[in-house]
Amino acid sequence: MSTVVIDSGGANLASLRYALQRLGADVTVSLDPTVIRQAERVLLPGVGAAGAAMQRLRSAGLVPVLRELEKPLLGICLGMQLLFEHSAEDDTDTLGLMTGRVERLPASPELPAPHMGWNTLNALRADPLLAGLQPTDRCYFVHGYFASGHLPDVVATSEYGQSIAAVVRRAHIAGVQFHPERSGAVGAAILRNFLNS
Amino acid sequence: MLAKRIIPCLDVRDGQVVKGVRFRDHRIVGDILELAIRYRDAGADELVFYDITASPEGRSVDRSWVERIARVLDIPFCVAGGIRSVVDAEAILNAGAEKVSINSPALENPALIDALARRFGSQCVVVGIDSETTAEGYRVHRYTGDPTRAGDAGRDTLSWLREAQDRGAGEIVLNCMASDGVRRGYDLTQLRTVRAECRVPLVASGGAGSTAHFIEVFHEARVDAALAASVFHSGELAIPDLKNALRLAQIEVRL
Repeated sequence: MSTVVIDSGGANLASLRYALQRLGADVTVSLDPTVIRQAERVLLPGVGAAGAAMQRLRSAGLVPVLRELEKPLLGICLGMQLLFEHSAEDDTDTLGLMTGRVERLPASPELPAPHMGWNTLNALRADPLLAGLQPTDRCYFVHGYFASGHLPDVVATSEYGQSIAAVVRRAHIAGVQFHPERSGAVGAAILRNFLNS
Repeated sequence: MLAKRIIPCLDVRDGQVVKGVRFRDHRIVGDILELAIRYRDAGADELVFYDITASPEGRSVDRSWVERIARVLDIPFCVAGGIRSVVDAEAILNAGAEKVSINSPALENPALIDALARRFGSQCVVVGIDSETTAEGYRVHRYTGDPTRAGDAGRDTLSWLREAQDRGAGEIVLNCMASDGVRRGYDLTQLRTVRAECRVPLVASGGAGSTAHFIEVFHEARVDAALAASVFHSGELAIPDLKNALRLAQIEVRL
């Protein structure tokens, strides 16, 4: 029984693996449905484009596996966005594990996109992932698409011109828009909370 | 609210961090890993490792240190220098870097920006622009790490900025050459001009010498991040003190 990071082909696999290893986790990186079904908990990272990421999950036969998974699942960044029903990025149907659609962030000199940097979280309700965090704590975000902070599965939002989903949760499935693996001690606390789930 | 970022830049040559004045006469300031950890502990929001010799001499960076850094560092870092292809970038990103930054190779082959953005997403692709103030306006310079090849790239800074972001750059680092290394402050006029055209995050570079310079670049040029090297490496300005001063000046920072 171990922690499995889905080899979703994105560029943050190494940094996520190192972050989990720093916390003492036994980490396997895999795209194999059998390995993922047997995991104690699963992380779905992702950097890149929604279309290519869904294609990779479909080719590996992982879409039904993730839909039926009963273990704790954490989507990170694009991995969180894939939990929703649809992404405007590549006009892609995604996993449909959360209610809502992912849209493109508007870009302007006043509010540049991607939303890049350290932002605070506003907790809408308590969540085990956020145990021990302070309102002033910041996480590192980098994303050009977003889910609205007003969707029903959102447990914490961030402000960037509008309310965006920062942490989402439905039962054993959760997602974070930011990169806990690159969010210093705050991110490590969130990953530790997930490893303890 | 999103915090303004403070980014120490570690210019790398042969596995050592170096810094010169106006891109010349580089001297060693310390070991990469040691400095990376020191800056992380001091509260740096992000780090940039820039191999100043790689791009002009057609070499690639020695990438073993990228993985060593990724194993211990828990804040984002960007690698620049000698990245000429998707394969070069992939090696660095797979080793654990958050972003790659391209400068002279993007001027030689602008389609590299499109290729990197398609493959890795714009958020991984930083375009560095070395910009000189001339009688004809702001001009892009290339090969600035190599005094024998450095010179005008034949492009206007604003048109190159527009092209780079249209091709998929996810962030722009504007290095104002006239102010670099001399610590008299960022080039606020140039940064304001570029900000007005820049719809991706903009990082100011070149000229930081005091707390006041950081305050004015955030207030007056509305940049997303400020990059500096010598003022941090010399110990003249400590990041915790800088961030406290920024907070007192009503600038949102991560403490």
